[in-house]
Amino acid sequence: MLTKRVIPCFDVDNGRVVKGVSFVGLRDAGDPVELAPLYDAEGADELVFLDITASSDDRRTTYEMVERTAEKVFIPFTVGGGIRKEEDIRLMLELGADKVSLNSAAVAEPLLVGRAAERFGSQCIVVAIDARAAGEGRWEVYTHGGRRPTGLDAVEWAQRVVSLGAGELLVTSMDTDGHLDGYDIPLTKAITGAVQVPVIASGGAGSAQHMVDAVVQANADAVLAASIFHYGTHRIRDVKAYMAERGVPVRL
Amino acid sequence: MTKRVVIVDYGAGNLRSVARAVAHHGYEPFVSAHARDIEAAEALILPGVGAAADTMRNLQEGALVEPIRAYIASGRPFLGVCMGQQALLSVSEEGGEHPCLDVIPGRVRRLPSGQKVPHMGWNQVSQRIAHPVFAGIDDGAYFYFVHSFYPDPSDSAVVIGETDYGVRFASVLARDNLVATQFHPEKSGADGLRFYGNFLNMAFT
Repeated sequence: MLTKRVIPCFDVDNGRVVKGVSFVGLRDAGDPVELAPLYDAEGADELVFLDITASSDDRRTTYEMVERTAEKVFIPFTVGGGIRKEEDIRLMLELGADKVSLNSAAVAEPLLVGRAAERFGSQCIVVAIDARAAGEGRWEVYTHGGRRPTGLDAVEWAQRVVSLGAGELLVTSMDTDGHLDGYDIPLTKAITGAVQVPVIASGGAGSAQHMVDAVVQANADAVLAASIFHYGTHRIRDVKAYMAERGVPVRL
Repeated sequence: MTKRVVIVDYGAGNLRSVARAVAHHGYEPFVSAHARDIEAAEALILPGVGAAADTMRNLQEGALVEPIRAYIASGRPFLGVCMGQQALLSVSEEGGEHPCLDVIPGRVRRLPSGQKVPHMGWNQVSQRIAHPVFAGIDDGAYFYFVHSFYPDPSDSAVVIGETDYGVRFASVLARDNLVATQFHPEKSGADGLRFYGNFLNMAFT
């Protein structure tokens, strides 16, 4: 049976993983080349790296990081953040990323999604949607790390990018993100009900039960989390075992 | 002497991850777009993502169709991955009717509707027939899939592994020294690496 995926997410600044990562025995907890194989061994189904490097001049360190990570990691990984042009996508894929995630660039230039899907294949084009509640059953899309409202309705935007060729959606609720109180079930459910591609739920995971809820109540295909894995409060293997006990198909 | 494994470069992606999986086992990956390297190969891998029509067009434009067919006919070790598996069949229904390499008689069909397509993520492979390429890998182990079409060979004797996704399809084919997978072993963690190791062992012993 096709399993639900559990995906740890790393913020990357200047080629280094930032945010506390509390694996014991690491020489360098900021080095993705040390971290990624550990998460692979722990049972992570994929990895997501979100590049938050402020200056595009410093992007070369990100490229090196992607290349070095790909040398050591034999599960799929996605790179997002700062990807604006087809050329950026080509480079990331060539360096070894399996997928790229587009966010602000997709809103600025929706046809980029279509061109990228046509050229590289839908399977490697993820569109990340950051959304915030805007009334009953409505959510608005934000860009630029959640700072800029776009006026776009999240569900309509999801349908639009899928029709353009996005192969997967990474849906982050800005309302629940960082609170560890659970994913935004109504938002996630509204999107999974509106599109036929896999949807990754993101924002708010504080426990394994939250992940079960995202899958069971909102039909998410995958769940993404950062803090709960990096701070060592939850191990991926334990989370997946918990999900399996509650009937969610996972790879153990 | 390093044992060289030729990886066919026809413009499709993910060559580097295949090369890394080969290098991981101490073999020398040699990425090439040239017929002469295919003709001289001791082990050949046909990787691939993308659409069947593009794949076949690229192979034709690179004058690689006949060299690959001749290589397989010679009985030397061959591994096809994802599109490199589908390309072995007679015809693909992806985007019309596209003739493929016709090494394994059969058709490439679209996954049935009723679940999300592409089939993306980790799914199980049931080992229908014991084979050295499965050595050390549990029956029902998980591998990483990304595809919208699947191979449907006419002769079920070549199907050594099967996977369920709305339809029970041939996720691993084998015949003589040929092995082909619908999943991406180079993206399937420890079991995927083991799969490559088993193929390379078979190829060089």
